[in-house]
Amino acid sequence: MSVATASPDDPHAVGHGPRTEAHGGVASKRIIVGYGFWIFLVSDIIMFAAFFATYAVLSGATAGGPSGKDLFDLQTTAVETGCLLLSSFTCGMATIAAHVRRQGWFQAMMAATFVLGAAFIAIEVHELAGFVGRGAGPDRSAFLSALFALVGCHGVHVTAGLLWLLTMMAQVYAKDFRDDIMRRILCWTLFWHALDIIWVALFTLVYLIGSAA
Amino acid sequence: MSDEAPAPAAPGVGVEEQSSVGVQVLGYTVGLAMAVILTAVSFYIVHSPLIWTPGIPMGLVVLAIAQMGVHLIFFLHLSTGPDSANTVLALAFGLLITFLVVAGSLFIMANLNANMPPMGQIMAMQR
Repeated sequence: MSVATASPDDPHAVGHGPRTEAHGGVASKRIIVGYGFWIFLVSDIIMFAAFFATYAVLSGATAGGPSGKDLFDLQTTAVETGCLLLSSFTCGMATIAAHVRRQGWFQAMMAATFVLGAAFIAIEVHELAGFVGRGAGPDRSAFLSALFALVGCHGVHVTAGLLWLLTMMAQVYAKDFRDDIMRRILCWTLFWHALDIIWVALFTLVYLIGSAA
Repeated sequence: MSDEAPAPAAPGVGVEEQSSVGVQVLGYTVGLAMAVILTAVSFYIVHSPLIWTPGIPMGLVVLAIAQMGVHLIFFLHLSTGPDSANTVLALAFGLLITFLVVAGSLFIMANLNANMPPMGQIMAMQR
């Protein structure tokens, strides 16, 4: 591409052209922190892959008990999906508010995200409790064990995300948009959007295909 | 990298953080609209007579992959730019492992099931 000569943009003459961030050498701490958290998210996705694989293998093993078609109510799933999708959007709005250092907008959007996420968890717990009440708890069949493990694992992640969300609201309130707080907000938004992506796989593979088959 | 954006306090912010608030809000809104449309189509075609019934699961999988792409681009700001190269590579590796775990489990378990003798025969062998 270009001749490898030392320049202010390229002090080690590695010839990758002008840099777009930092000043050569090591990337900024924000990029490193974001990348490190991304690696964690990828490993988390791989863990979910194991749960998805378990569910896929056991989805037919109902042991004479109810199948997904008997249990799933797609309206509930649609409301859950709407809650989580909207919360991803308000999470994005909170990110923008943080970038322009608007405390009021940030807190409002984070509060909206919390309400939507909490609504998601409440509906999910109600749904799973309903399964247990109808004698379709995780002890009924291998299919239900795998279902409760997969859906429950995602639910635990969302719950942890909600606690983290409250922590971020408190930290921004107490310490304002300091650089380290901004990095934590970045990690939290990555986490929240990743959970929404996992939910897309979950509602499609478990709920939609489960009630179509 | 636009110059007219207000200088951010943190060093090394990405491209998306330097555009104006309106442009950023628009990006998330477009992403939300596309995700809502894809989700609505997914929920519609489950019991729709429009689609050949055995083709519905494959259609749902395609819609889900499209929606994940929308989330990655509009919410997680993944791009083909050099800033995203490492991120995309890490994600691609994760997807490879995900594929190996899921497809490998299904393949191995289906093979075991196919080669397993009927239950009565197992009981007879254990006597």
